[in-house]
Amino acid sequence: MKDYKIIEVKRSIFEDNDADAEKLRKELAAQGTYLLNLMSSPGAGKTTTLKRTIAILKDELKIGIMEADIDSDVDAKVISETGVRVIQIHTGGMCHLDADMTRQGIREFGTEDLDFVILENVGNLVCPAEFDTGSTKNAMILSVPEGDDKPLKYPLMFSVCDVVLINKCDTLSVFDDFSKEAVEERIHRLNPNAGVIFISAKTGEGFEEWIGWIRKELKEYKS
Amino acid sequence: MHELGIVFHIVKSVEKIAAENQASKVNKVVLQIGEVSTIIPYYLKDCWKWKCSKSEVMDGCELEIETIPAVTLCEDCEETYGTVEYGKTCPYCGSEHTFLIQGNEHQIKEIEVT
Ligand SMILES: Nc1nc2c(ncn2[C@@H]2O[C@H](COP(=O)(O)OP(=O)(O)OP(=O)(O)O)[C@@H](O)[C@H]2O)c(=O)[nH]1
Ligand SMILES: [Mg+2]
Ligand SMILES: [Zn+2]
Repeated sequence: MKDYKIIEVKRSIFEDNDADAEKLRKELAAQGTYLLNLMSSPGAGKTTTLKRTIAILKDELKIGIMEADIDSDVDAKVISETGVRVIQIHTGGMCHLDADMTRQGIREFGTEDLDFVILENVGNLVCPAEFDTGSTKNAMILSVPEGDDKPLKYPLMFSVCDVVLINKCDTLSVFDDFSKEAVEERIHRLNPNAGVIFISAKTGEGFEEWIGWIRKELKEYKS
Repeated sequence: MHELGIVFHIVKSVEKIAAENQASKVNKVVLQIGEVSTIIPYYLKDCWKWKCSKSEVMDGCELEIETIPAVTLCEDCEETYGTVEYGKTCPYCGSEHTFLIQGNEHQIKEIEVT
């Protein structure tokens, strides 16, 4: 008989990543870079929201964008037209970014003293919620056409987010069964501290509030 | 695919544990996965073999998965019930003040090494 032994482990599958993420968060704090992890389902409007956000803030803050995509660089091309630095991270077929991949992306920015880095995560409401990227805060975009029941279907995603942007509010007249009150109530039931901001990346509606949120966050982070 | 990412993390963790214990070969990994965690065991097994074949210490390693049933506790009547069957609403008193007490686990329980 072969001699073997059993090692008791009793560790969460995510423990390694969680420890990695905590380390990255500290490194970022030490260099004064605020990292926002932006998540949503495909097509909710991450890239469009980023473009408008960059246009407003780029003279005020040193901004860097990380585009995580399974295999393409379409979004990175669009963002690079705004004049800010973009890093493309390919996840190699994986549906989410982990802390290790995020750190590699951050390193590619070099020693530039960026104030504000936004990570456009892979479009998906399940997996990115489980893998802490090491970001300072998490944001997500839910767009009106997806429906106001999404917090019921993807509770984990809504509970890890510090702010939820409800995008495509210009289409509320078409999607008239979408209730702003219901969606806000459902989000707050899962996560009482989450900010909920109604915007349209197309018309710019609600951007004062969103930009206000960012400015306040960065001010508190730097102090 | 979600499960692929998870398998990467498991293999990485197990390789580390094996090294810490000076093990040359990992024969078996036992996971505990909750019934309502987002991990689907079937898909885990799917990419397991492939990923292990790329690792010297884990090549041919067996994967065993223990499922932990999901149980919800009702705060109002203090009964417990099966989450998968009844969801958020307590079958005894109809209350929605309920919370999951087990079933969301995703841990590496133990590994067998030589
Ligand atoms: N009507 C309307 N359309 C919008 C709005 N924001 C984005 N869109 C449109 O929605 C589509 C998807 O927008 P993107 O910004 O590419 O979405 P994304 O989340 O970056 O998409 P992926 O990166 O592919 O997941 C585009 O056709 C946008 O023009 C909005 O506020 N209103
Ligand atoms: Mg995009
Ligand atoms: Zn009850």
